[in-house]
Amino acid sequence: MAEIRNYTLNFGPQHPAAHGVLRLVLELDGEVVERADPHIGLLHRATEKLAEHKTFLQSVPYMDRLDYVSMMCNEHAYVMATEKLLGITPPLRAQYIRVMFDEITRILNHLLWLGAHALDVGAMTVFLYAFREREDLMDVYEAVTGARLHAAYYRPGGVYRDLPDRMPQYQPNKFKSEADVKRLNEARQGSVLDFIEDFTNRFPAYVDEYETLLTDNRIWKQRLVDIAVVSPERAKALGFTGPMLRGSGVVWDLRKHQPYEVYDQIEFDIPVGRNGDCYDRYLVRIEEMRQSNRIIRQCVDWLKKNPGPVIVDNHKIAPPSREQMKSNMEELIHHFKLFTEGMHVPEGEAYAAVEHPKGEFGIYLVSDGANKPYRMKIRAPGFAHLSAMDELVRGHMLADVVAVMGTLDVVFGEIDR
Amino acid sequence: MPLTAEALFARLQDVLGDTIAGGGVARGEVTLEIRPQDWRAVAQTLRDDPGLAFDTLIDLCGLDYSAYKDGAYEGPRFAVVAHLLSVAKNHRVRLRTRCENDDMPMVASLVEVWPVVNWFEREAFDLYGIVFEGHPDLRRILTDYGFIGHPFRKDFPLSGQVEMRYDPELGRVIYQPVSIEPREVTPRIVRVEHYGEVE
Repeated sequence: MAEIRNYTLNFGPQHPAAHGVLRLVLELDGEVVERADPHIGLLHRATEKLAEHKTFLQSVPYMDRLDYVSMMCNEHAYVMATEKLLGITPPLRAQYIRVMFDEITRILNHLLWLGAHALDVGAMTVFLYAFREREDLMDVYEAVTGARLHAAYYRPGGVYRDLPDRMPQYQPNKFKSEADVKRLNEARQGSVLDFIEDFTNRFPAYVDEYETLLTDNRIWKQRLVDIAVVSPERAKALGFTGPMLRGSGVVWDLRKHQPYEVYDQIEFDIPVGRNGDCYDRYLVRIEEMRQSNRIIRQCVDWLKKNPGPVIVDNHKIAPPSREQMKSNMEELIHHFKLFTEGMHVPEGEAYAAVEHPKGEFGIYLVSDGANKPYRMKIRAPGFAHLSAMDELVRGHMLADVVAVMGTLDVVFGEIDR
Repeated sequence: MPLTAEALFARLQDVLGDTIAGGGVARGEVTLEIRPQDWRAVAQTLRDDPGLAFDTLIDLCGLDYSAYKDGAYEGPRFAVVAHLLSVAKNHRVRLRTRCENDDMPMVASLVEVWPVVNWFEREAFDLYGIVFEGHPDLRRILTDYGFIGHPFRKDFPLSGQVEMRYDPELGRVIYQPVSIEPREVTPRIVRVEHYGEVE
């Protein structure tokens, strides 16, 4: 009689469903997972150590590279922690811009998650649909910051510049005819805010399209319903936050419960799941996209009516305008000192957290009064979620590992840091 | 309504009494200094007390104070900082304990209290060399297999100790001492008090 043994399988780090560089050592009994041991750190860049050697301003672009599908939300936590130490509040218009871009980022993140999740589970089309909308939002990023991904837009004290009055337009070339360009540019005739508004009008219909493809899809439900069920108590003990926690039916959202910026003046609902399985978490994230759309509309409305400054007027923290700098000795010195030595942040410690698309993203800053942080700790939601991997996949089939990885929404930029 | 930071601190003082070795309220955040021998018991109380109900641990990290204020700091070198959150009561607290022995920093593991802390403690062990007593699986987590040293300690150079390259003669990847010179573009400056303070 043949001897029956457990089988150890090495999943990743080079695997299309590993969402980057996860190495998963799986112990299998037939096709059933007995134990999963994730090996992380293959993308470790020591961001926290690097931040100790950079001025407060120089660390902002590093934040984009943490969770590289929700760039501005990472920056948001960092600038909020810095502002907390400095004891400053950004102007109201900057707060609305931040809220608007946080929600644009949330949609960007959820679209990528949805596309990748569906692709992992076997639905090809959704990925193409999701990237069609991501393109529009990435154009917004580009119009405002000049970069499609790594924005470096939020700064301690506000945002780097106001929203531009003109949305960049397509030019005809040998791949795009005049007629194509005319059609593509239809929504781009006005300002960036007009373009975003136009997008919010179109977006709910797009979400309906994704739902048509997935929500009642027989295969989709077979792959997700009752997979990786987490009870509310267990979700809290495992440190889940964001959609992972809400999927288990816990009503918890930092935007509502510990509001930052102007979230307390904006109307939106928090979707929660009932069963705590992968399917509920999918539904929660889909509804979050609709709610984000609602928030963006309110911000666009407010921003159109209320012009004003977008960064504090303290030139020890924010740079003076080019005009001021070139006509005033004092401002020239401020400019020079700010970009060479950087700002000095009072001694102390602060923790600031935002409701990141993936969960609670926090920055813990310790300053000893120098121009560089003494210690920065990044609390990445994915790190806590991935650590529950073993518990989530135990007893499930090998094919479900991929579905669980999708539902966790892991991005290795933030987990490995 | 959640408690204000001051009210929360008062309640924590009621519940914990002498086990609080210091701390207070700053910038709307409550910080408690805990002696390392009380670390585990305090965590248990904070989770189980119905009025506090810290059901989630948000973050745990190590800290190396050896270069604090350019060496003006005196006291234990290593500290462990934990951020707790109560989803039920909507409040937060920060706990800090300073490890007694600088050469062999050791503190009790909280993995029995909050399972989420498992990987955070592995990370603090990996990066700072803090040993968590009672941890079921204290392996390195972020650094390379077979890595030597604890990279986030202040005496560990930013450029590291070794670099890796492919050796065509040996036909495999080899490790060798780093060839890049450490450099500092912007010097680190601690100014005198009230320099450039925000009004």
